Amino acid sequence: MLFVNEVPYRFRQGLRLIDVAGEVKPDADLYIVNGHPSSPSAVLSDGDSCWLIRKGEKPPADELERLLYARHTPGVHNKVKAASVGIMGLGGLGSLVAVALARVGVGHLLLADFDLVEPSNLNRQQYFIDQIGEKKTEALKHNLERINPYLRIDTIDVVLTEKLIPELFKEVDVLAECFDGAEMKAAALRCVLGPLAGKGFVGASGLAGYEDSNIIRTRKIRDRVYLVGDGETEAKPGQGLMAPRVGVAAHHQANQVLRLLLDVA
Amino acid sequence: MKIVCNGKEREVKEGLSIEALILELELNPDTVVVECNGAIVLREDYAEQSLSEGSVLELIRFVGGG
Repeated sequence: MLFVNEVPYRFRQGLRLIDVAGEVKPDADLYIVNGHPSSPSAVLSDGDSCWLIRKGEKPPADELERLLYARHTPGVHNKVKAASVGIMGLGGLGSLVAVALARVGVGHLLLADFDLVEPSNLNRQQYFIDQIGEKKTEALKHNLERINPYLRIDTIDVVLTEKLIPELFKEVDVLAECFDGAEMKAAALRCVLGPLAGKGFVGASGLAGYEDSNIIRTRKIRDRVYLVGDGETEAKPGQGLMAPRVGVAAHHQANQVLRLLLDVA
Repeated sequence: MKIVCNGKEREVKEGLSIEALILELELNPDTVVVECNGAIVLREDYAEQSLSEGSVLELIRFVGGG
């Protein structure tokens, strides 16, 4: 059995993509097999998952959702769609983690930040000039909906504390610690080693400046608990936070969240 | 007395509290997570909980930025 644009299609030996396209989508000019672009003359195997796309075409709503995941590794989307991830802090780390997880289709995002978008955020955070002065929760939710309207996004705009975190995040599968301050980073880890034990957790420490990207690591702390960063490079005068290196750390986090959701970590 | 801190043996004063050890290491207690003999220590207990001979500590120190 094949899947063509997620619809079952009968397999036979020697079947080529172009043959399937002729029947299902003759005007296709982009051919994807098992998450990878392919030649139309490619011969298919039983169990292949194919996407036939016409570039530039805005698909009908029911097809759009499926097309958003055409380049995913097969099997990923169904798992992440059923998952819930909490993101604490929507700054340089959190806004990027949220975008990455929205693009990959995590079904439920619980986003927390008390703050407003301001101009000095824009050197690294996923907001825009016309959003200055808005609540980060609202601005980010708006940005995510423009990327993937098929997600459920809830927001928290109160200041988080070590007491509040276990109450507010008790339902999520994985928690991303994206705070700016070291005290809340420590508090968040204490929560996941204590009252929220069992949940997946990815925190971050040491990601400032323009030091070598290669010293940013994802380190296992405990079962399902990880820390990202170099552990040393603190944000301080003379060592700022900038998009490239913060982005390296944020995407280490997002990938580790994904690995936790897919049970490989 | 001898304790183990992050895998390394360390000589400390008898009855040293966790908070005092953290300060000895020139760290800010609010930014440090502590496991003592495998159990997470609550922040409010740092000053009151004393170390004993052979205590095994794991400290994780966080730096700011995100």
